[in-house]
Amino acid sequence: MNKRLFVLLSLLVIASMVLAACGKAPYECTDALGCVDVAPGEPIHIAYALVISGADETLGIDSRNGIEIAIDEKGQVLGHDILLTGEDDGCSAEGGQASGTKLAADPSIVAVIGTSCSSAARVAVPLLSQAGFVIISPSNTAIDLTLAGNPNNHPGYLRTAHSDSIQGAAAAQFAWETLQVKNAATIHDGSLYAEQLAGQFVKSFQEYGGTITAQEAVDPNQTDFKSVLTSIAATGPELIYYPIFIKAGSLITRQAKEVAGLEETHLMGADGMFSPDVVEGAGEAVEGLMVSSPDFTVFGPDYAAKFVPAYETKYGTTPLSIFHAHAYDATMMVFAAIESVAVQDADGTLHIPRQALRDAMFATKDFKGLTGNLTCSATGDCADPHIAVYVYHVGEYPPEKIWP
Amino acid sequence: MLKAWLQRITLADIVVWAIGLAIFIGVIWGSVVTLSIGKYSTATWINLSIAGLALGGIYALIALGYTLVYGILRMINFAHGEVFMSGPFTATFVATGLVNLGIWNRYPVLSLLIVVIVAATISTLIAVMLERIAYRPLRAAPRLVPLITAIGASFFLQYTFRGLYGSGLKSYPDMKILQGFWTIGDVRVFKTQAAAIVGALVMMLILYGIVQWTKTGKAMRAVSEDKETAALMGIDVDRVITTTFAVGGASAGVAGILFLLLFPVAHFFMGFIPGLKAFTAAVLGGIGNVPGAFLGAMVLGMIESLGPNLFLDGLGIPAVNQLKDAIAFTILVFILIVRPTGILGEQMAQAKA
Repeated sequence: MNKRLFVLLSLLVIASMVLAACGKAPYECTDALGCVDVAPGEPIHIAYALVISGADETLGIDSRNGIEIAIDEKGQVLGHDILLTGEDDGCSAEGGQASGTKLAADPSIVAVIGTSCSSAARVAVPLLSQAGFVIISPSNTAIDLTLAGNPNNHPGYLRTAHSDSIQGAAAAQFAWETLQVKNAATIHDGSLYAEQLAGQFVKSFQEYGGTITAQEAVDPNQTDFKSVLTSIAATGPELIYYPIFIKAGSLITRQAKEVAGLEETHLMGADGMFSPDVVEGAGEAVEGLMVSSPDFTVFGPDYAAKFVPAYETKYGTTPLSIFHAHAYDATMMVFAAIESVAVQDADGTLHIPRQALRDAMFATKDFKGLTGNLTCSATGDCADPHIAVYVYHVGEYPPEKIWP
Repeated sequence: MLKAWLQRITLADIVVWAIGLAIFIGVIWGSVVTLSIGKYSTATWINLSIAGLALGGIYALIALGYTLVYGILRMINFAHGEVFMSGPFTATFVATGLVNLGIWNRYPVLSLLIVVIVAATISTLIAVMLERIAYRPLRAAPRLVPLITAIGASFFLQYTFRGLYGSGLKSYPDMKILQGFWTIGDVRVFKTQAAAIVGALVMMLILYGIVQWTKTGKAMRAVSEDKETAALMGIDVDRVITTTFAVGGASAGVAGILFLLLFPVAHFFMGFIPGLKAFTAAVLGGIGNVPGAFLGAMVLGMIESLGPNLFLDGLGIPAVNQLKDAIAFTILVFILIVRPTGILGEQMAQAKA
């Protein structure tokens, strides 16, 4: 063997050893929205934007409990712990602005569970969407958030709650077919949720052939609703539909009984008034108040057998509101999507490509959740919606299911 | 004379008067149209007026706290809404206890007396402590400092009550003797509304009596006119200020109970809106002026109750009742254009204004 060939061969051997020592080529992020890199031993960061203080806090705290139970149950995702942080969405546009701005500035966040209220979503979602996150709400029900082509529909936004186009239509069907009322009046409180839900009810009720006698609006911070109820009473409706929130809803329920001409009128609200606080706030007037809400009886068997006991053990109370299971499902969907798209290096570093994660979320099909079999539409509606109507009795919670 | 007046007048004056005139014409026109349509019966208008009077009486009692404190310290006590909120919370707590003991419906008058005394005592204590802890150390500070402290104190009180009682709604038990209504012709007078109006009137008279005819009241008026001179005359200014806060706190506590009679739900944010309305009422009547607070509050209560249906309904504007506050504040603007110091003027504040 000549000397020159020997040098060449040994150089090749050294080169190959050096290459082997370097291992695989480093992961290169080619995702359109970039990737989140999670170093070994570091947690995967999930955030929430829910209403956790103020008058409507039970709604958000209840959802947060659902998220925490999902995290407890899951333990780890691909060998990484899960870190949950959050901001208060205040159930308002201002709160949505503040929480959205703060969360959007944190590039370690993979997905945001939220918001609680549609009014907050309208402001927070565009901010979070631009940051490249997956946003999945357990309780936004406003119709336009997932309406294709609507300016309020943003990429990366999904929800496990039902759209109010379904709830409003169900309420109208119940009123027309079961209660057999021909005239109805509506009240909303100017929030995105209530306005669109009342609007959907009006539309569906008129399609059945019903007459809408009055469409009123109130300020949710008021306490005196006598004058609005008096002007509604003058139009003589058989049903008043007021899909608003707990505080104003309780007071309207009480005061309606005291207004001349409304003694026999049916009173009906929606899922925003499904709370023990309504029984407390409306007192004896709560008797006969109807509310539409997701149908808990069609939830999967794990809901009653595993989820509710876990909730009661951890928080020492029955579920505070109605969207805990939706929050649990949303969290589990995020975990499943991360597991399907994340790329793991040999040393345990995790790379989560953002656009791929969004695509995986939207591709969710037949996901076995507590609230049913979830399949996401192209615009982000993932709910498996079953709407039921419940009626309240004095001092009893939860209310009794009467329809369907 | 006319020439001098024409020279003094500015563009701003013309704009302001034009706005005032527009509001006035709008109100008159809207009322005439609504009344000529006749959608609502006379009985309905009387019912709404009674509701307005009841609400106005409650605003008046809260407004008194703002007005007295402003008269003496030239400071707006923004935590006063929370002093008001402490009344309903205490009342609910005590009333629930009385219901559990079985006393509530068996001895209603005694029960009401206990509730009023305990709730008014608590709200008085809170008002006095507020002054002692949050305002007195800052009395020499610039005016903005106690104002910001007041906002801080307001949050502190709200979240203290939230911590003590939770964030949910607390229901105040109904009392059998106050349920139902009397029917006079087609008019319904609810017993709770009647109780609120009578309660507010009695409380108002007592307070007016204290300010006008007692030695303490004289001292209060003296301090309001000139603190330094009053001190030189041997009046203990600190004590007078404490008394003022106590009187304001007690009346806010009573207002809270009357509020519960009408809207029997307590909530830790409940003080904010009535507080704001009462402050508006105090400005409307002329801040620093006790009868002014009463008159301003009654006017505000009536406008809120009648305004949306009377002024706007006839004009075909949909969903008028959400504009209640907008109407109330528009009228406030109108009154302040016509009389910048409020309906009765800033009587107590004349010397310093």
